[in-house]
Amino acid sequence: MSSTARARKHEWVDEVVAETPNGHRLRHCIQCGTCGGSCPNGAEMDYTPRAVFNLIVAGQKDKVLSSNTMWQCVSCYFCTARCPHQIPITDIMYTLKRMAIREGYGRGSDAPALAKAFTYYVDKYGRSFEMGLASRYHLLNRPLAAMKMGGMGFNMFKRGRMALSPSKIRQIDQLQAIIRRARQLGGAS
Amino acid sequence: MKYAFYPGCSLEVNAAAYDVSVRAVARVLGIELVELDDWNCCGATEYFSQDELTACAVIARNLALVEPSMDQLTAPCAACFLNLKKVDRLMAEHPELGGRINEALAAGGLHYDPGRVRVRHLLELIHTDVGEEAIKARVVRPLTGLRVAPYYGCQVVRPYKDVDDPEYPVKMDELFKWLGAEVVDYPVKSHCCGGHMTQISEPEAFELIRRLLQSAREYDTDVIACLCPMCQLNMDAYQSRVNGMFNTSFSIPVLYFTQLLGLALGLPEKELGFGKEIVPAGPVIRAKVAAC
Repeated sequence: MSSTARARKHEWVDEVVAETPNGHRLRHCIQCGTCGGSCPNGAEMDYTPRAVFNLIVAGQKDKVLSSNTMWQCVSCYFCTARCPHQIPITDIMYTLKRMAIREGYGRGSDAPALAKAFTYYVDKYGRSFEMGLASRYHLLNRPLAAMKMGGMGFNMFKRGRMALSPSKIRQIDQLQAIIRRARQLGGAS
Repeated sequence: MKYAFYPGCSLEVNAAAYDVSVRAVARVLGIELVELDDWNCCGATEYFSQDELTACAVIARNLALVEPSMDQLTAPCAACFLNLKKVDRLMAEHPELGGRINEALAAGGLHYDPGRVRVRHLLELIHTDVGEEAIKARVVRPLTGLRVAPYYGCQVVRPYKDVDDPEYPVKMDELFKWLGAEVVDYPVKSHCCGGHMTQISEPEAFELIRRLLQSAREYDTDVIACLCPMCQLNMDAYQSRVNGMFNTSFSIPVLYFTQLLGLALGLPEKELGFGKEIVPAGPVIRAKVAAC
């Protein structure tokens, strides 16, 4: 292995650590597998969190970011609560999601599109908007599923559980100014 | 007892039954809820997947909006509760991140000092601040004979472990015992409802929901009580489609814990949002809970 290759590997684990509060604990992983065994979606993951941490330390960025692992995470925090070394596993999954979106991975999952459609409405109105989300996300990304959702949407609407128009906060300008500044400071798009 | 109140987006429409029942039981129990003026969406899990600093700043705006005269903030939704609590903790434990969050807030003329506001889930207020004696004293229609499975889900009890036990929480169980219900020792009470997976991969999400419904049925549950709009939506609105996928015949009503609490306190069903659930709770309630 050349020294450049070694340096590159070290860079990536450092990036993951730096981008995650308490991320340094990832280096303490003892490969016990409690995380994968606790995960409701562990069986569906390309690599369980334990394996992902090994790959991160080994610098296997492409393998990790093109895997489905982080997109299977629904933030139930069982792994985080049970990890004997207090690794913030759920937060590392968030970091990997951000990295995958930023670097153009994640095409195999609808999760990035859902995240973008959701925050589009938060940015615009200051509140989430389920009907808008349903049309923007489902119709654009998965029209077939949208049709199956139709009946359920109607039942929800009948019971007054679905609004046709969004609610908007008064000081949306203030929120948008905060969001703009945060994006500049965070360096994210 | 006065608390700043963050209802969250779900309570505006989809979880309107939670909204009305929370406000109704709070009135009866002497919990004064002061709604945060002009609060914004907490971003659920979706902002953290894209941009951590923006996620935190959007949440921190709500913490900064808490009036100086108040030092406690409560949220009924599990995701909102965790986001508010998490950002307060992150800012306290990571001053550099806290500084950048405040730099972002400054663009809107706001500032938040971590630790100034204590973020608490509604269940803590009812179980701990109001407490057993005061609640028992107000029960006029005991839930005797109603088999209730308390379902906590994830984000109220994890990752922070100071609300209840992260694996085997008991506070809602205790509350329902005080109300006279037959409490199901529900083995999956802190398991995952699938969260946003219903929107991404139905086979996976529906399997998680099926496990919750299956376990409830094995324990002869009359009604599942929950404390999060997403859990309620997944188990209630998707129940018939779960039946379709697995050829099952679940018909288990899923209510907010505050709806059942309100019933025991003698409030009329229509003031508690009954009837908004997709799987009707009316028949079992009428069969088992005496009219007052």
